[in-house]
Amino acid sequence: MIKFFLMVNKQGQTRLSRYYEHVEINKRTVLEAEVIKNCLSRSKDQCSFIEYKDFKLVYRQYAALFIVVGINETENEMAVYELIHNFVEVLDKYFSRVSELDVSFSVSEMHL
Amino acid sequence: MSDVVERTLSALPGLLGQHEPGGGPGGAGGPGRASATSRLGSLIRSVTALTSKHEEEKLIQQELTSLKATVSAPNTTLRLMKECMVRFIYCEMLGYESSFGYIHAIKLAQQGNLLEKRVGYLAVSLFLHESHELLLLLVNTVVKDLQSTNLVEVCMALTVVSQIFPREMIPAVLPLIEDKLQHSKEIIRRKAVQALYKFYLIAPNQVQHIHDKFRKALCDRDPGVMAASLHIYLQMIKEDSSGYKDLTESFVTILKQVVGGKLPIDFNYHSVPAPWLQIQLLRILGLLGKDDPRTSELMYDVLDESLRRADINHNITYAILFECVQTIYTIHPKSELLEKAAKCIGKFVLSPKINLKYLGLKALTYVIQQDPNLALQHQMTIIECLDHPDSIIKRETLELLYRITNGQNVIVIVQKMLGYLKESKEEYAIINLVGKIAELAEKYAPDNEWFIQTMNAVFSVGGDVVHPEIPNNFLRLLAEGFDDGKEDNQLRMYAVRSYLALLEEGALYPQKFLQVMSWVLGEYSSLVTDVDPEVILKKLHSLLKKTFVTSETKAWIMAAVTKIASRTSCSKTVDKLLQEFSNSLDTCMRQHAFELKHLCEDKALMKNLLPFDASCNDMVVDASLSFLDGFVAEGLGRGAAPYKPHHQRQEEKLSQEKALNFEPYGLSFASSMSASGVTGRQSPTGLSFGSDTSGNSAETGHKETNSLKLEGVRKLWGKEGYLPKKENKVGKENEPQTVSCGSLLAGQVGDPPTLWSDQAASLPEEDKEKQQLASTLFVGLGSNAGVSLMGKMDTTTQKFKRKSKLNEAQNSEDVSDFQNSAALDFGPLLDTVPVNVEDYEGNIHTRLREASLCSSGIVEDNLGFETPQSLKTSGLDDRLSDSRPSQSSLFADSNIEIFQPSPSAQCESASKTQLVPSLPDELEELTHSEVVELCQSDALALYSCKVWTDDSLLLTVFLSNKTTSALSAVNLVFEEAEHFQILESPTYQFPVIEAQSVEHCQKCVCMDKICTQGVLSGFINYQSEMETHLEFSITLSLVDFIRPMEMTTEDFGKLWLSLSNDVKQNVKMSSSQDSLSAALNTLQQKLKLHIVDIIGNEGILACQLLPSVPCLLHCRTHSGMLALWFRSPCAALPDGLLYQCQKVMEES
Repeated sequence: MIKFFLMVNKQGQTRLSRYYEHVEINKRTVLEAEVIKNCLSRSKDQCSFIEYKDFKLVYRQYAALFIVVGINETENEMAVYELIHNFVEVLDKYFSRVSELDVSFSVSEMHL
Repeated sequence: MSDVVERTLSALPGLLGQHEPGGGPGGAGGPGRASATSRLGSLIRSVTALTSKHEEEKLIQQELTSLKATVSAPNTTLRLMKECMVRFIYCEMLGYESSFGYIHAIKLAQQGNLLEKRVGYLAVSLFLHESHELLLLLVNTVVKDLQSTNLVEVCMALTVVSQIFPREMIPAVLPLIEDKLQHSKEIIRRKAVQALYKFYLIAPNQVQHIHDKFRKALCDRDPGVMAASLHIYLQMIKEDSSGYKDLTESFVTILKQVVGGKLPIDFNYHSVPAPWLQIQLLRILGLLGKDDPRTSELMYDVLDESLRRADINHNITYAILFECVQTIYTIHPKSELLEKAAKCIGKFVLSPKINLKYLGLKALTYVIQQDPNLALQHQMTIIECLDHPDSIIKRETLELLYRITNGQNVIVIVQKMLGYLKESKEEYAIINLVGKIAELAEKYAPDNEWFIQTMNAVFSVGGDVVHPEIPNNFLRLLAEGFDDGKEDNQLRMYAVRSYLALLEEGALYPQKFLQVMSWVLGEYSSLVTDVDPEVILKKLHSLLKKTFVTSETKAWIMAAVTKIASRTSCSKTVDKLLQEFSNSLDTCMRQHAFELKHLCEDKALMKNLLPFDASCNDMVVDASLSFLDGFVAEGLGRGAAPYKPHHQRQEEKLSQEKALNFEPYGLSFASSMSASGVTGRQSPTGLSFGSDTSGNSAETGHKETNSLKLEGVRKLWGKEGYLPKKENKVGKENEPQTVSCGSLLAGQVGDPPTLWSDQAASLPEEDKEKQQLASTLFVGLGSNAGVSLMGKMDTTTQKFKRKSKLNEAQNSEDVSDFQNSAALDFGPLLDTVPVNVEDYEGNIHTRLREASLCSSGIVEDNLGFETPQSLKTSGLDDRLSDSRPSQSSLFADSNIEIFQPSPSAQCESASKTQLVPSLPDELEELTHSEVVELCQSDALALYSCKVWTDDSLLLTVFLSNKTTSALSAVNLVFEEAEHFQILESPTYQFPVIEAQSVEHCQKCVCMDKICTQGVLSGFINYQSEMETHLEFSITLSLVDFIRPMEMTTEDFGKLWLSLSNDVKQNVKMSSSQDSLSAALNTLQQKLKLHIVDIIGNEGILACQLLPSVPCLLHCRTHSGMLALWFRSPCAALPDGLLYQCQKVMEES
């Protein structure tokens, strides 16, 4: 199960967040700050999966932007890792050819 | 459209400048849009430009204020509202609550045109959560949009439903969504399936009637719809795989097609066909094939194919491979595939890519439980990973090591774990790891010294975040000891000494550690004879004065002081301590001090009260509090109000809010260990034990009494129920070892030490160390160690009995309070009965039977209900049959009949020789189902029959011996089921079944967790020429546990108002039951509901779920529909009943 999906830049500013389980708003900010801190502290040659509290984070970096997905134990990390890339590819396509509507959101749902 | 822009802005800040001009033309003809876009753009830009959090907060507050003014202004257009909504979303994302905008989001979804609606829905799904009250307002909009002719609107409504929907409103939209499953557009069908998946997650009972429609969705010609339905199946199969075995073939076919590239090219991702779909399918197959050779057989081919196809070098294929490996190791093993999977894992683990290494370790961790030899193969890699700079890899490696720990490598592994623990800072990791270390230490500790030291490290590093169970278990282990009294004392002495030494150092210790120390010192310090108790007392005294010690810990320390003081004559420190704390401002401490003072004055009482090493002795606790009967009678005589049970009081409290507070003051008195102390503190009205003890700060005395009570219960009736479980466990532990013997790698590790020493000579020093580490780590995993390991395992399980005790405690906890107290009352009876029997031993068996019959008679007289009685008799009989095997067959018979003793019936059933089973006479009179055959083998046939008595469901199982020789030692074992519980023990042994005869036994089943239908499975094994094993399963439905509940209309009214959980649903009435009374009669007959009253077109019915959960039903007819309205104190019951009603109505 995917718990949340985050896009955060290197400065720690959230660019996009989507929660699939309810989290209170003030807790969200704390969570996001900690998550990005965790991701930033890791170097390129370390692996892209982090165990964080009772769930796992899978992250991928695109230039200055981090995409972080929180998942629970049952999920396949590598599959999520590639899902992020798929999502980014879709975004790429979408913003050059704006005709395909709605794809970006339904993709994330399709795989839940 | 601006939503698009918003996403551009938020997702790709780098593109901000370029894309913004594009936003203008995109919203052609809308000058308002352009300005709004720039408003959002400027907001984002200004937020980005800010440096401090404080400034950002100010800016956002400003923005929110202006937004608030805009949205509440009456002349705001919907278009403007949409822009505002986007800005709301942005603010929320930054963490500023804008709850005043929620209602406007709903309004927008309701009123706007397509694009505005979309933003409205999006905002709603982002802002609100499942139980938000505003969500109810959305339902109407959703219903309207679902009925719309515009595809996009329907789509949007379905999307929002699949994201967020209130549980109680599902009936309102369910029929609409069901219709959409037949829609011509595949996207609508797909979204409808997704919405149903959501419903299944939040209220599985409400969609149970459309299961066959899911099957249709699975066979849909559009792969998207099929993929969506897989989510539902994955979930359903996870819950219960047995019902979907027939679908295995379909799943295999689908996977074959996907892997074979039969899907449209759109589904490819980096030229891999639908990878996520494959993963999903592999997971389903894994669940289906688990422990099921026949189903597994079907999927070997396709798994092989998947492994073969996924050889492209890309991350996503690795993900698929990982899933494949997991599936292969989950299902019934096939050596060829295992070999391939092992190769795959090897590739992962050895990969230089860090992510793959992680994946490999994870796979290895999973696989290792089935095949420890793989660990040996990769041991050097594992050692390298253990020193990996990436702490995540390290952690994963430790997880792997944890799985392969045994008695021989435990020291090294725990040492590694402690090393990691010291470096780690994150709280969750510490808690997790500490728990694992403690578990390993208890399970495999090689000697006392090491055990105590490890636990010391655990407590001091783990600090106060450790799970409270760890210190509790540790203390229990110390207190209960092992079989060897001498060793126990050594362990205790060692503990005392090490704690004294630690206290000498005077460092700061976590509170939990101090509590453990003080308990041990208090209990066992006198074992260490060469230390003056005065010294210990002084240390404790100085601890008491420290400021960092919390009052809870102080209570522990005081208890220790009291215990030590009881064993010394008089002590200066105690006197000093008394003086100090008698004036303490802390009332709790003062109380403790006073108690200690009074106890000191009467040494004899004190000694009596605090006996040495008695923490494990059973106390006779009079649960019925009979010694208070006089007091109660006197009180009643003086006009006091009679006692009301807890729930009754609570109801009254609800009705008059300003009731008196009956609870005693929270903090209580010194811990005392005597029975009188415990019972004395119970209110005379007999509040339940649990609530009384748990309410206080965890003092030793309380904890002891708590655990003691459980033990008392276990002694009475836990043993038989437990033993087979333990055997199972041991069996399981042994299994991987035996597998390993035959495995492929045995040869390579044939003689590890010599092999390594040869290599080591030529290797640099560092590697040598590593290899040494390897040899210590993986010792005991090789094939040659297999045998000794098994032996070892046995001794360890025996030595550290904690596991088993825990289980037993759980067993006894499981039984309801009522039975608990009943069993306690039984105490004396049970004790005497075996003695009687022993006396009779050697006499003729008729007298024996009399004895048991009359003893059961006594029990029945004493207590008017059957369960504990049958339990007791079966236990008794086990004992009997053990001691007298020659006569046991007759005895088994009488045991069964004892239920309702009628000697004549016994004789009959014993003499019956026909093979078709039939119920004994006394059960024949009760309502019962037909006798159904469950399974057959050459020698045995198994039948079952449900008997619905007024207060229980009796499951009668018949065993008929088809052979011409007698079968001996036939064991019937029910496996633990999620929803059901078998009262008494889940096993039954038929000592002998004569040739060509039928034996039977009865089990009383109750429903633990409500479900509409569940499976109770079990197996039979018996000794013929060889051990034979026969599995069976019985389907039980909710209806089996429903009984009519008779009541008057007034009672119904009262009860109705007091119940809170309700469910409403409309059901179509078929033509055959057009009148209300006809419909109700159907319900009465089929579901055993009791019709209370029928007035006009309304009717009320009542029933109860055994043992006594009421459920009330109100029915009303209007225009061919029957409106059902359920109420019950139990949340799941109405749902379940509703489903049954629907089924019944459809059938008739």
